[in-house]
Amino acid sequence: MPRFGMVIDTRKCVGCMDCVVACQTENDVPHGYCRDWITTEVRGVFPTLSLEIRSERCNHCDNPPCVDCCPTGASHVEEFGKVVQVAANKCIGCKACISACPYGARYVHPDGYVDKCTFCMHRVKEGKDPACVSVCPTHCMTFGDLDDPASPVNALLKSRQSHTLLPEAGTKPRVFYLT
Amino acid sequence: MLEITTTRHNPLIDPQLAVWSWEIPVYLFVGGLVAGMMVLAGLAMLRVARGDSGKDFFSMQTPLLGFMLLNLGMLALLLDLTHRLYVWRIFTTVQPSSPMSWGSWVLIIVYGVLLVSALIRLHEAWPWLGRKVPALARWSDSITGHPGYLRALAWANIGLGVGLGIYTGILLNTMVARPLWNTAILGPLFLFSGLSAGAAAVHLSGVLLRRSPAPQGMLLGAVGAMIQPLAPERPEPRTMDGLIRYDVVFLTVELVLIGLLLISLFTSTESHAVAGRLITSGPYALAFWGIIVVAGVLVPIALQMLELRHTIPHTVLPAVLVLIGGFTLRWVMVNAGQASQLVANPGF
Repeated sequence: MPRFGMVIDTRKCVGCMDCVVACQTENDVPHGYCRDWITTEVRGVFPTLSLEIRSERCNHCDNPPCVDCCPTGASHVEEFGKVVQVAANKCIGCKACISACPYGARYVHPDGYVDKCTFCMHRVKEGKDPACVSVCPTHCMTFGDLDDPASPVNALLKSRQSHTLLPEAGTKPRVFYLT
Repeated sequence: MLEITTTRHNPLIDPQLAVWSWEIPVYLFVGGLVAGMMVLAGLAMLRVARGDSGKDFFSMQTPLLGFMLLNLGMLALLLDLTHRLYVWRIFTTVQPSSPMSWGSWVLIIVYGVLLVSALIRLHEAWPWLGRKVPALARWSDSITGHPGYLRALAWANIGLGVGLGIYTGILLNTMVARPLWNTAILGPLFLFSGLSAGAAAVHLSGVLLRRSPAPQGMLLGAVGAMIQPLAPERPEPRTMDGLIRYDVVFLTVELVLIGLLLISLFTSTESHAVAGRLITSGPYALAFWGIIVVAGVLVPIALQMLELRHTIPHTVLPAVLVLIGGFTLRWVMVNAGQASQLVANPGF
């Protein structure tokens, strides 16, 4: 069974937000909300500055605090792909998962249930890439099976330095950023 | 320098997490208050089981008030849910890793024990029902007349009260993403705050209680039972002194736990220290120091010590201050906790 993850090359990302718009269109994300977004991080002291542009979303953590705290099992790890999903018909809208997520990846859908990135599993099951990956004009995003040593995501992680977001939270994120 | 900008703009998430409004602080406060009242009721029941007269121990009657208050708390919790038609889902599963899941199941047992504890006094609080359903009084006597049954009920109240009080803190404590909550001291802190609030509520009810007999009619009797659930006789001064003594102990322990909370925050990671500054010198500092620590703990301890020495007469002021402080503690912790987050390492 695959364990999906995503590798994003921050040296290629230009922050064009195509991924954001593609996600909103593909997943019918309500107006005023987003499942993925662009974060720009500037570090250093002028003139020695570094800039990192990241396309961020749910990290589909290996140790997801949102799943642990869910009282109904609505937030769960799907067997296929080990992807963190929300079953809307089990969600009571207690918002514990939103408070538990260190990445701010979740929000309350206007219909009341909690919503977030699904890694476009409806597309992945048809053999396609997630919508954000498929539209990226710089091809900075790669999606694949982290448990397959020969997968493109593992090849990238072996060839380049990478980091995850807030690793100190112990959530073991599966979205990696190449630096 | 570290400068982060984001295009994310989700309502209630950005610019700062604000998914829990007034409902959760109310629920946590009422939960703690009821927990405190259950422990006091249990202690009173133990004394009655030992052979003391039950008349003095008006806290034995508090389960009825606790039952009403818990309903209010659960209503607040229900109002907080955004997908509330699916609330029944919580009772179709047990999620061992979710404090909210096992808390919900514990609340079912709490309801059962509170109901039994309330029913054994209902025929006195609502005389009309007592006359119409004489079996109720007989059933009540069969429990209160057996020290073994009463002792079991007492320990059930004490055990579940302590569990409920700690649960209200653990609920927040397990969220690693919120450094302000991420300390195990929150459980005992909310428990002792709940115990002091419970003692204050019992004290307040005892003082405000009118000594007139309970209304005899069906409707008025029912209303009377709901708002006047305590014994018809005003408690003796020595009982009141005992309650105040309990309250001073609870408040002192609460003060120590608040100190430990601050030590734990400021000796931990930078994220925890930043979270701590939200309440000690940030936007919640006035509420924290002014209402929670000074008005909610220090002043009531001082006033109640003077009352115990009979330097000043008994008033309801300490009890009112303790209740205000107890609610503010939950309000500050819920709101400041949502504002707290893991701080990204600024690197060089």
